[in-house]
Amino acid sequence: MDTLNLSWLLIAIPLASAGVLLVLGRRVDRWGHWLGVLASAASAAGAIAMLVELLGRGAADRSVGVHLFRWIPAGDLNVDAGLLVDPLSLTFVLLITFVGTLIHIYAVAYMEHDTDRRRFFAYLNLFVAAMLVLVLADSYALLFLGWEGVGLASYLLIGFWNYRSDYAVAAKKAFVMNRVGDMGMLVAMMALFATFGSVNYETVFAAAEGTNQGVLTLVGLMLLVGACGKSAQFPLQAWLGDAMAGPTPVSALIHAATMVTAGVYLIVRSGPIFEGAPTAQLVVVIIGAITLLFGAIIGCAKDDLKKALAASTMSQIGYMILAAGLGPIGYAFAIFHLVTHGFFKAGMFLGAGSVMHGMGEEVDMRRFGGLRRYMKVTYATFAFGWLAILGVPPFSGFWSKDKIIEAAFVGEGWRPLVFGSVALLGAGITAFYMSRLFFMTFHGEKRWNDGHSSTPDTAIARTPVQHPHESPRLMTVPMIVLAVGSVALGGLLSIGGVFTSWLEPVTGVVGDHEPVLPVWLLMTLTLAVVVVGLVLAWRQYAASSVPVIALAGSVLTRAARKDLYQDEVNDGLLVQPGQYLTRSLVYGDRQVIDGAVGGLGRVMVRLGDVTRRLQTGYVRSYAATMTIGLVALVAVVLATRI
Amino acid sequence: MSLVNYLVLSGILFSIGAVTVLVRRNAIVAFMGVELMLNAANLTFVTFARMHGELQGQVIAFFVMVVAATEVVIGLAIIVSIFRTRGSASIDDVNLLKS
Repeated sequence: MDTLNLSWLLIAIPLASAGVLLVLGRRVDRWGHWLGVLASAASAAGAIAMLVELLGRGAADRSVGVHLFRWIPAGDLNVDAGLLVDPLSLTFVLLITFVGTLIHIYAVAYMEHDTDRRRFFAYLNLFVAAMLVLVLADSYALLFLGWEGVGLASYLLIGFWNYRSDYAVAAKKAFVMNRVGDMGMLVAMMALFATFGSVNYETVFAAAEGTNQGVLTLVGLMLLVGACGKSAQFPLQAWLGDAMAGPTPVSALIHAATMVTAGVYLIVRSGPIFEGAPTAQLVVVIIGAITLLFGAIIGCAKDDLKKALAASTMSQIGYMILAAGLGPIGYAFAIFHLVTHGFFKAGMFLGAGSVMHGMGEEVDMRRFGGLRRYMKVTYATFAFGWLAILGVPPFSGFWSKDKIIEAAFVGEGWRPLVFGSVALLGAGITAFYMSRLFFMTFHGEKRWNDGHSSTPDTAIARTPVQHPHESPRLMTVPMIVLAVGSVALGGLLSIGGVFTSWLEPVTGVVGDHEPVLPVWLLMTLTLAVVVVGLVLAWRQYAASSVPVIALAGSVLTRAARKDLYQDEVNDGLLVQPGQYLTRSLVYGDRQVIDGAVGGLGRVMVRLGDVTRRLQTGYVRSYAATMTIGLVALVAVVLATRI
Repeated sequence: MSLVNYLVLSGILFSIGAVTVLVRRNAIVAFMGVELMLNAANLTFVTFARMHGELQGQVIAFFVMVVAATEVVIGLAIIVSIFRTRGSASIDDVNLLKS
């Protein structure tokens, strides 16, 4: 009996809290949000206790299965609900509960004026519970339960302000696109069960080696489809930008730090399957590379602060997926980047929320500018997150992103050159769009109406007067904590390769691999493209003035503003043909099936109309019929007799 | 005198009765036609009874008379009541059940 056997409490506490908040309803409005914070904090405390317990063991004993109960006993199919506590899942648990708790605290202040704050916290707790199920599960079946749970929580939270119909539509869009990914997950699970007779990690991974490569490729690709849906990777990426309709703490927790990284977790966790399927691995890397550039390009053109951050999230997860596709050499770095990204991106989202809070819910960056003098804490914390995502040493992102770029350059043939160059190019674009975002918001001249300047620009004068102010302590403290993480976490976890060796029991021991280009050259190149991106952004968005109304822009800019026409493509390729199909089915149903049935009825009615005329209602005519019939009958009988 | 003559007479009477039922509209006249047909049948029964020297035919003729009598009683009652309510004894006017 040790602390690990109580690991189910981590899930149960937030779940119970969500239940209490939802069932008791308005009665707990006064203190409900604090219950939510407490539940999340309790899980975080439990996670730390588990970390202490695991650190006290040898590296080989750090993977512990906790059997909970027999979940689906059905003949040959026997699914047990069990938890797997190992360095990988515990890393996620720590990230989810720690960042989650900070965001809970932030949300207490952020949602203060919302009458439904209690419901918001119920959903957040539900999300935390579901996400913990996802990462702690010891089988694909239980993982799928958490997978669907986070999808539900994400749907509820994106559509939290569902009185605005476009927000409700955004929620539905996210839900439907995730269902496409879920189909992939289901197919993968069915294939696993058909091949191995089990969906338990232990059984599957033990049997994976030596299994037919075709099966593993199928499973790998289907898992990738699931990962693409959840992690907003190409081609299922279109929902993430619209998901910013949710309150900002949701964007920070679910659509930046945790849920959207579930795809990376899935691929790293399913490592043994992917290692047996090089084709699937290659596809993973390609998807990661495409998304990386896709998100980065969109990020360069977005004027909506949150949507630009969402594009950046997509791009950064592209990095992680790329690393995860590289195999054991990339697993640890994918997870490492995921953790540091969880901190700095959540921090920046909270900063964005703070800016919106101070600017009357404005999100258009063209109407910000010069805010650094008004929101000093937000400015400083955002700056650390910005430096971290740029990969400037010694901030967190440097330690994780550079490693991914290095890993992308390892290999033979064309792959390292192509994928490495994409990763390198992505770093440059990232530097440009993040700097653009940062400068447009905090630097440059004011592009908002401060009420007493006689600005000649009428476009500004017409907007409501803004009184930018720093956010309350409850909001700034979580931002400061996350900023500290953005600064120091990467460096601290890199000392002596602490993080990679901590993950080694799961990701496997990797020998030294030399990139095709020397490491010092790669580092210099990375820093060089980052500086180029930064300087370009400075010249365009800080040193010169930014127009309040966006210019028409080039073809690429217009395409990027429209998310590279992702919605149009989906609409043209899937939605329209689907609608035509259903319409033609409806037409066929009406014309052919209804026509046949209705036509038969009409024929009968006509026939009845004709025969009805024989029934005159005159007794005499009936009697005549009878008589004639009788005479005819007698005549026939007589004729045959004679 | 051959018994065949009786059968011919019976056939003539039956035909007259049948034509009366088919042609006349007045319910009472039609009824009389029915009676004529019944009696034609009776005549046939009796004739055959004589031909075979048996009694069954004659007995059946009595039964037919009884049935005809009851029929007349009930039929006339119905015709009278229809005449009272509708002011007509024509069988073509009785068409309440026709849609």
